[in-house]
Order: sequence, then structure tokens, then C-alpha cells
Amino acid sequence: MNTIKGVFRSGKFIVGFVIFILILGTCIIYPLIVTSDPLAMLGQGNFFPPGTYISQEEAALEDPYTLQLPVEINKLDSALDVGTRAEIQSFLIKQAGVAESEIDVTDAEALAKLWKDNYDPEVKYQGLTSAKRKKLKRIDAAIDNAMRESGTMIASEGEDGALERDKTIRDTDYINTKDVTRKVLPLGTDNFGRDVLTELVAATKSSLKIGLVAGLVATAIGLFLGLLSGYLGGFADNLIMFITNLFTVIPSFVILILISYSVGDQARGIMTVAIIIGITSWPWTTRSVRSQVISLRNRDHVNLSKLSGHSMLRIIFTDILPYIASYVVMALILQISSGILAEAQLSMIGLGPATTKTATLGLMMQWAMNYSAHLNGSWWAYFPVVFMIAFISFSLNLMNTGLDQVFNPQLRD
Amino acid sequence: MELQQQNQTTQQSSSKIEIPENSCLSGRGLTKIFGVGKQTTLAVDHVDFDFNRGEIISIVGESGSGKTTLSKMLLGLISVTDGTVYYNGKPRDISTAAKKKEYWKDIQPIFQDPFSSYNMFYKIDAVLDDCLRMRGAGRLPEDQKTAMKTEACSFVNLKYAELTNKYPFELSGGQMQRLMIARIFLLKPRILMADEPTSMIDACSRATILDMLLKLRDEINMTVIFITHDIGLAYYISDKVYIMEHGRFVESGTADECILHPQQDYTKRLISDVPKIYEKWDLDA
Amino acid sequence: MAKKMLEVSHLRTKYITRFHEDVYAVDDVSLTVEEGKSLGIAGESGCGKSTLALSLMGYYFAPLHYMSGDIVVDGQKISGMKPDDVRHKILGSEIAYIPQAAMNALNPTMKIESFIEDVMHAHKIAMSKKEIREMAEERFNDLGLPADVLDRHAVELSGGMKQRTVIAISTILSPKVLIADEPSSALDVSSQKLVIRMMRQLMEKGYIKSMIFITHELPLLYNVTDDIMVMYAGQMVEKGTAQQMVFDPVHPYSKGLMGSIIVPEEGMKTHTLTALKGTPPNLKNPPKGCRFADRCPYAVPTCHAMQPDEKVFNTDRMYRCLYSVRRLREVYANGTAAAKPDDTAIFQ
Repeated sequence: MNTIKGVFRSGKFIVGFVIFILILGTCIIYPLIVTSDPLAMLGQGNFFPPGTYISQEEAALEDPYTLQLPVEINKLDSALDVGTRAEIQSFLIKQAGVAESEIDVTDAEALAKLWKDNYDPEVKYQGLTSAKRKKLKRIDAAIDNAMRESGTMIASEGEDGALERDKTIRDTDYINTKDVTRKVLPLGTDNFGRDVLTELVAATKSSLKIGLVAGLVATAIGLFLGLLSGYLGGFADNLIMFITNLFTVIPSFVILILISYSVGDQARGIMTVAIIIGITSWPWTTRSVRSQVISLRNRDHVNLSKLSGHSMLRIIFTDILPYIASYVVMALILQISSGILAEAQLSMIGLGPATTKTATLGLMMQWAMNYSAHLNGSWWAYFPVVFMIAFISFSLNLMNTGLDQVFNPQLRD
Repeated sequence: MELQQQNQTTQQSSSKIEIPENSCLSGRGLTKIFGVGKQTTLAVDHVDFDFNRGEIISIVGESGSGKTTLSKMLLGLISVTDGTVYYNGKPRDISTAAKKKEYWKDIQPIFQDPFSSYNMFYKIDAVLDDCLRMRGAGRLPEDQKTAMKTEACSFVNLKYAELTNKYPFELSGGQMQRLMIARIFLLKPRILMADEPTSMIDACSRATILDMLLKLRDEINMTVIFITHDIGLAYYISDKVYIMEHGRFVESGTADECILHPQQDYTKRLISDVPKIYEKWDLDA
Repeated sequence: MAKKMLEVSHLRTKYITRFHEDVYAVDDVSLTVEEGKSLGIAGESGCGKSTLALSLMGYYFAPLHYMSGDIVVDGQKISGMKPDDVRHKILGSEIAYIPQAAMNALNPTMKIESFIEDVMHAHKIAMSKKEIREMAEERFNDLGLPADVLDRHAVELSGGMKQRTVIAISTILSPKVLIADEPSSALDVSSQKLVIRMMRQLMEKGYIKSMIFITHELPLLYNVTDDIMVMYAGQMVEKGTAQQMVFDPVHPYSKGLMGSIIVPEEGMKTHTLTALKGTPPNLKNPPKGCRFADRCPYAVPTCHAMQPDEKVFNTDRMYRCLYSVRRLREVYANGTAAAKPDDTAIFQ
């Protein structure tokens, strides 16, 4: 009991625990609120950036409110950004020969007027690259557009094929966003047009599941072999340690890739991947459990238990297991964390769960990479995933360090 | 397997060896070698001894002299490399788990460190209940069991009512060690192997433990094998003393012979290293 | 009268635990050590003797805190000094401290010689490498340590040798007071003897001016120190010469402690082994009356209600008990006297 209290006195553990519970809570509560299929394709096309999406047709057909905002100046002000104004100024001075003192770059209206007076799109100005000339044409068009007063017209085709004006959307027309259908995509969409946020929550859930299963499998195997090897000693120890060393020497990631590959695409579901990760990452646990057991094996209370005629199984369960329980819990936490990372790595190289029905953090990374999200600047497709992996791993490791501080008296302050 | 065969051959050939009649535990050529191949350590080197019934025998030696290894061999916790242990005049046979269990009814230990002698996850009642079960009293009615446990605790000046439902870490070192003696009182083995039972507890509680060991000998006629590095303790408590150096017994005899009139240089040195109060302690010797 | 090397009056220090509880580990302790003298401090584990050792140095760091009292080393008051000043000006040069695990303090990658150079640099003593070497060799020879130890690394030395080396290094500046806290308890008896011999050499050759030796092994104290002070629950209970304390203890607790002495000598045959019952009180909330009352076989109800003061008798001995010395001797001779609730006879 005191130990459990001690655990919750450790600042590190609490921080880690709170982060982890927040992540876990989100995974449980979010799907209750957003019930749609996390892999439903909301949009057609790649990588819509984060934002609020409004139905364009509804917005156009909605009855507008006329707001008397100083439209033109406003429009001009926003059309002419600092860079554009600098270019206008340099054109006016160099090509049009306007005196510098006459130009006031802060006054957009005056600047636009000066521009209209001096710039003629038909003239081929000297001393400019063709790219620059095109740029100036674009600025001219933008200024025209900003200064235009008439609104956009919506027309439909009449019976005789002629266009009939239905509606004019004027500059002063506004609609209330509450009146039209909106879709908020805080993290945008991925390459398939799926909502990244919803997908991320579902992926976190399945990754945690993979981590937990992998961790449990690895810890169970590691604990069983470690106990056996440490307690029995002799030939059993030698044999188990030989196998363990074999697994340690060959990088487990290589084994992981080989097994994943040989299992085949069809069979590689989430659980299969979890178990594959589990059965390749136990040697570490085995070794540490074994060394703990060896030091416990010669403790007096174990000898006393032996001399009291207890069976081996009983000694292992009552006299050894409780002593290493805290250690095993810590190992489990680390195994969960490394299981999640292993899944991510495996999926990145395309050997993760072969499924289109659920997402995992690793698969999300792979999709983002395959569709070059990192090259075309669609950060929302992979940054949140990276952060999520980092947060999970951070929280679990923090919990582990906190536990270590509580269980290991030498590290107490 | 090899070891057992070896044991059997020594047993057959040693049938001529005379074991004194009142010997409870004897050893002939007892040897323990740790490790295999080139890196071996000779911990106990062909020792012979006869421990008589109802005596307190001290084995005195510095750290690394092999006294704890010898005690573990006698307890049957580690295998014997060579030589034979005679129990009640006959070669000891602990080849099967059942025979071991039977042997352990007659020999029980008290270890050096009371703090590591308990499973800290179980209440101390579990230790005492284990003893009752071992003695075949596990199915007795509850009040009878409590009476037995209370008796054992009062033997070591502890109150069972105050101890029951407590965890080991709630007790002091002296109390824990006394409870270990209560356990021995409940089990009533013929031989008690006390491995430095007082070295981890305060000097003030030391006398209590020693008195209890003497009481066990006097009241139950237990043979007590007392292992220590403190030659003063050995002198105070024992009938016979064995001095151990590098895995061998260099001197043995009654406490007075061995410690007041030592013959061997090693014993003399051991005694001269201990501070005195009645005579002058010669620091330069 | 000889010069007073260490004078401590009414020192009180406390520990503050992780759960912000105060533990009064040293409570009103006064002692004096004169030049050329050594004082032994005895007591059970947890009686505050190690805390006293730490407190005497005047160097306090959490969880140990100074409360009140004076510490004067050779006329210089060190209680109340800034910790950094104590560290630079007092430790090493005025007071040296050797704990039980001192031998583990040697960095295994450094040569013994460089530790001595470090000491010199830390105390800003301008000496060339050669001079330091010569001085160290001379000192080591004098203390019976082979000079080639200086060229070795700590890992090459045995436990006893390491401990002796550490003692030699820490006393290289010839401090006024050496505080040794169980310096030989982790060693086997033969190394212990060498350590003790070295401590005596340090005193005899004047490398240290005075010594405080802390241990629970009374026969050792008897052989090493001039005076012995017995501590119980953070307080001094009795003080006298080693001879007086071992063969004629007055306080019931010292009596019990001396009764636990076991030595391999013929004299043991007439020595009655006594055992103290019970455990020391919890210093978080010490008992109201005499701290030993709960375990004292001679305690009367007054003992549980009244705090005894330090009393002087026979001019040079001190004890802390409500009983008068005469009554105590009577009680030891005749067994526990019938105690009445208002027993005032104990004072007579």
C-alpha cells in the first residue's frame, strides 16, 4: 500500500500517468462523440489543409446580409501586401519616372491611383525580365479586381439556352456562417481525403492495442524463461541463455522483418503484427528477470522456504515473483512503449498490418510518406502522428522512471 | 548423476570408517569445489568432524574461510563435491525430494540476516503456520494452533498477540531473529544450524539470542552448530570449537582448550586480533 | 590544564524527513576533548552517535539541520559559520572525518598520490609535486603503510589497506580533531587491528591533536580511547574514563551495555551477560520523562514523568539519571527495590 502511495508521490510518474490517461481517455471518449467511420473518405483528392470548410453552393444561394464595410479600401489594403507595394514603388520610380517623394506606400488608395495613371499593360517596359513583366501584369489585374465594384453573377441556363441572371453577389454581401453547412477539419485530410483527427484517434487506439498485446506477449515469455533459467540454473539456464543470446545477437528488427514478410500480406492483421513484435522482443526481459532471480535465489528467505519443504512452483510464485513484480511492471511499460515504436517502424517499411479497415500510427506515417506529404508541405498528415508517438513513448518512459525512483531506494532523493 | 555415483562409491568404501556413537552429524573428507574447468575455487577442503548430540559446536573462521559453504552443505542446500556426511552414524541420503523433506525435519537453520530471512510480502504468521504444517499440526483446530504459536513466542520473550497480523518490516532486527528462534522451537529439529545469528543485530540484543540458543540446547537437547567470526562469542557459548582457515579445520577441541590455550598459530593470531578488556591487548603483536 | 581541542556545549540538531517530520537526533549534548586525549562514543544503532559525528563538524546539509548550541575547535567557534566557509577552512585542516565506508570514497581511476595532491590544492597549500611526494612518503612510512601504495590505484588495495590509506590521506594536514565513525566495523578482525594501531600511532606521533572514536564495540573503545561517553536516544547518559565505564558503570543503560560485552578471555567466566529488553524510543516524539524509562528495569513512575538532568559525581564523571549514585549502587547490589508511585528515595 505504501508503495502505491509512494508511486503517486513521484512527480515524474504523475506527469507521465496524466499524459497517458489523457491520450487513453481521448481514444475512448472521442469515438463516442464522433461516431463516423474514421476511415470514411470525406473529400476527393489529396491533403486538404486544416480549416473550416463551408459549402460553397449553400453560401452562394443563402440570402445575404448587406454589411456596409469600407469594401474597396479594405480589398485594396488586403490585395496589396508589403512585397507588392515595394514592387509597385520600384516600378514607379525606375520605369515610370515618378519622383520618390510623391509615392506614399502606406496609402493603398493613392498607390493604386498612381499605378493606374502610370502603368499600361500594353507597353513593353525596358529593363525588366519577362518574369517580372508577367508579375506586374498580375499586380495590375489584382488591383483591377480589388477596385471593381460590381459583384459576382450567378446565372443559370434558360430554356432557350441563354443565360439568365439568377443572383448577383455583391462586395457588400455577407452571410452568417451559422446558416450554412460547415465541416471543421482541425487537422485537415490525408491523401485519401480522410479526416486526419478522427483517423489519428482511431490509429492511436489500435497502436496502443498493438503495444499492449506485444508488451504482454514479450513480458510473459521473458518472465517465464527468465524465472525458469534463473531459478533452475545449470543445464536449463545454459540452454535458455543460449537461445536468448541467439535472439540478442541477431538484431530483433531483422527477425521482425523476416517473420512479417513470411507471414504474408493476407494474414498480417493487427493482432498478428502485435504477436510477431511480442515474440521478437522478449530476450531483454528474460535476461534482466534472470539476473534478478539469481540474486534472489540465494536469499535466506528462499532457502528457508526450501527447508520448509515447499515445492519449486510455490517458491517461485510466493517467494520470488512478488519481489520482482515491480520490476516486471516496469519492464512491461517499456515493452509497450517499444512495441508501439516497432509497429511504427515496421509499417513505415510496408510490413505493418496489411489492412484498409483500421489505421495505426505506423500506417498513417506510411501513407503520408507514400503520397509525399513531407515533400509537398502537407505537415498535418504526419506531424500529429509523430507527436502522438512521441507523447505516448514519453509518457510511458516517464512513468517508468517515476516507478524506478519509487522502487529503487538508491535513486530516492 | 555422476555425483550420485561418486557418493555411493564413497559410501561403500567408507563403511569401515568408525563414527562415534553419540555423534549426531559427522563428516569425512567433506569437500566443496565451486566452478568447473580451470576456474575452480576450493571452498571446503576435506574436513572431518563429529558433532555430538546436545552440544553447542562453534565453527570459527574469518570471512572466506568456507564456514558458510560448509553449513549449506550440511543443510543440504548445495551439493557435496566429495566426501560423506554421516547423520546419526549412517551416511546421509538426500537423493530424492521426499528424503530431503524428511532430513529437513531434523535440521533447520537460523540465518545471519534476519531482514532477508522473511518474505516481506507475507505476514509473520505465515512463517509460524508453515512450521505447524511441517510438524503435521496443520489441521489442528485454530485455538490449539494459536496456543502452540503463543507458547513458541513466549519462549523467546515475544507476545504472539502483539505480533500476529504484522509484516516483518514492522519488527526490529532483534525481534525478527528471536522469531526465527521461535520457529525453531516450534519445529524442534534435532540440529540447529545457526549461521552468524547475532552479527547483524545490536550488541545489546546479542545476549538475548545467545541465551535462547543455550536454552534450546538445555531444554530440548538440541545440537546447535554455531557459525561465527567472533571468537569471543564462540568462547562464551560453545562446548566444542572448530577453527576454520581456508576451508580446513586447523584446530578443534573444547572452548577452554581451543581459545584459552591455543596450539595453532592461526588460532593464536585470531585471538590476538580481538580487543581484550581483562588483559592488555597487544596491538603490536 | 591542557588546551581544549574541541568543546561542544548544548548542541541540538535535527533531521527533517521526506514527510516534513522533525527527528531530534542530537538533543543537548555537551562534550570536551583536550589536547592529546581521545573520546569514545558508544551506543546502540539509532542512538544518534553517527548524527553526532556529522553535527560536530559544523557542516550541515539537508536533511540534517542545526538548531542550537556551540561548537568550538581550538578556540575558534564553528557553529553558525557558513557551510562553504566550514568546508574550506575547517574540514580537513581542523577537523577530519572518517565514516565506515570511507574506503569506498576512493576514485578507482586515480592514483593514491593524486588524492594527496588534491587535498593540498583544495586547501591552497603551495608545495611542489616533489615536496608533496616526499611529505606523503614520510607520513606513510611513519604510519606503517608501504610508500609504494602512493603509486597504486584504489582497486589494487585490499579493504583494510584502503581504509588505512583513506585515514592517512584525511589526516595529512594534521587536523586538530579526528572524528572516526565506525572506521573498522566493515573489516575483518585482523584488518581492524591494523586500523586501530594506526589510529594510536596518529595520536602518539602528534599527527592529530585529539580524536573522537565512535563504535558500538565496547572492547574496542576500551582499548582505543581515554574517555567513553554512552549515548542513548540522542542524549549523553554517562561519561567517564574507559576503565570506569567498563568496570564500574553507573547508569542502568551503560550497565546493560557493559553487560553485553563478550571477549574470549578467562575473565568472562565471572562476567554476567545481561540483555536489554525493548527498543529505543522513536525520536520523532520522544517520551516526556526519562528516555530510557521504558526499558529501564529500575524505573519508578517518577522516571516516566520527569526529565533527568546531567549530573556530575566523583568530580570527573557525569550521568543523566534521576537516581542518586548511592541508590543506584544499592539497587545493583540488592536487586530492584520496591518502587512506590511517589518514590523520592531514588534521589537520596
